[in-house]
Amino acid sequence: MFAFAYHRPSELADALAALAASEEAKPLAGGQTLIPTLKQRLASPSDLVDLSGVTALKGITLHDDALVIGAMARHVEVATSPVVVAHLPALAALAGLIGDPAVRNRGTLGGSIANNDPSADYPAACLALAATIVTDRRELLAAAFFTGLFETALQPGEIVTAVRFPLGGEGTYEKYPNPASRYAMAGVFVWRGGDEIRVAVTGASQGGVFRWAEAEAALAAEFSPAALDGLKPEADDMIADIHGSGAYRAQLVAVMARRAVARLAAAR
Amino acid sequence: MRDVTLTINGAPVSVAVDERTLLVQLIRDDLRLTGTHVGCDTSQCGACNVLVDGEAVKACAVLAMQAEGAEVVTVEGLAAGETLHPMQAAFREHHGLQCGFCTPGMIVAGIDMVRRLGPQLDAATVRAELEGNLCRCTGYHNIVKAIQAGALAMAGAVPGSGAVPVAAE
Repeated sequence: MFAFAYHRPSELADALAALAASEEAKPLAGGQTLIPTLKQRLASPSDLVDLSGVTALKGITLHDDALVIGAMARHVEVATSPVVVAHLPALAALAGLIGDPAVRNRGTLGGSIANNDPSADYPAACLALAATIVTDRRELLAAAFFTGLFETALQPGEIVTAVRFPLGGEGTYEKYPNPASRYAMAGVFVWRGGDEIRVAVTGASQGGVFRWAEAEAALAAEFSPAALDGLKPEADDMIADIHGSGAYRAQLVAVMARRAVARLAAAR
Repeated sequence: MRDVTLTINGAPVSVAVDERTLLVQLIRDDLRLTGTHVGCDTSQCGACNVLVDGEAVKACAVLAMQAEGAEVVTVEGLAAGETLHPMQAAFREHHGLQCGFCTPGMIVAGIDMVRRLGPQLDAATVRAELEGNLCRCTGYHNIVKAIQAGALAMAGAVPGSGAVPVAAE
């Protein structure tokens, strides 16, 4: 690791001030991606601002029409929170698939979406559920927040404070994890509410998480796994690396999508 | 250099560390508690699992500074004198190890499972829960048996209280 100064403020204002004090300062959430990144010397922040002491970023609260989850809510909390399990069971289940138990004891919702790893799970849920990302200075729909591979709309010094997930409809998430890292090789979150259907895909695309419009249109005509027969995202747009080719990932996306639809259809 | 103050295996310690120091480096290099192992150093293997405020974490993916004020328990802190923690005793009884390198992390993972899921753990649950712990010797079979037995043995104890004697079998 390169040297940095470490801060652990307990007030949000102090955290923001510490981040504003240096262009090279970085917030530290659960650290399950950032610490390994620092160990590999892939980042060299001047300052790390540990957000774990900021109470305002924690907690899960149920509102009439939405579930608001604090940015520092850990994966284990989202996975096991009775209110999440009761109102957004697919989101709880997704959180329980991230990494492994020790990683879930540390990793956070806010850290995951701010990093926007193309293979992370939460971005798919945020897109499919049309979540609103709340920051210290504004609110953004997930579709505007995720802007590309490891890229978000966050400005320097801006942090995610919470995510607001609208209630209603029904969803499910199907994931094919990399057997070693547990990151998604392909993860598909399917949601439907009334006539509206959303299919969000993570793990696969070179552009990061995306809405699969062709699948959504096919499912709007007929909500069944068969409606997706023959549909695949463009292989050339998929990630190709040592874990799998673009064609392999495109196939995985199609399979995960059909499984998700089958499960949702069976649950009715 | 910064002072980090925490409780390790019940004893308060304060150590001057570079901010870059990992928790596992503090434990092994500064405190000389070498029961916690570094296997992969990439968050995959779980050999560095320790309990931080009762929860299993990978000490290679946590800064020592992040443990400021925390209660850290390593494998050395589980037994009460000569009396093994029930989970440790179960690993011995069921031969849940061969070379033993992964064992401290496995035991910590097992204790964390019981904390979260209770003492009644079926084999499939234990296998799924061990996704963050790698063993290169045993094929996991006896580790799974050991964790199931250790979980039941812990039910006879006060959860999270550390060691209690186990009835001889």
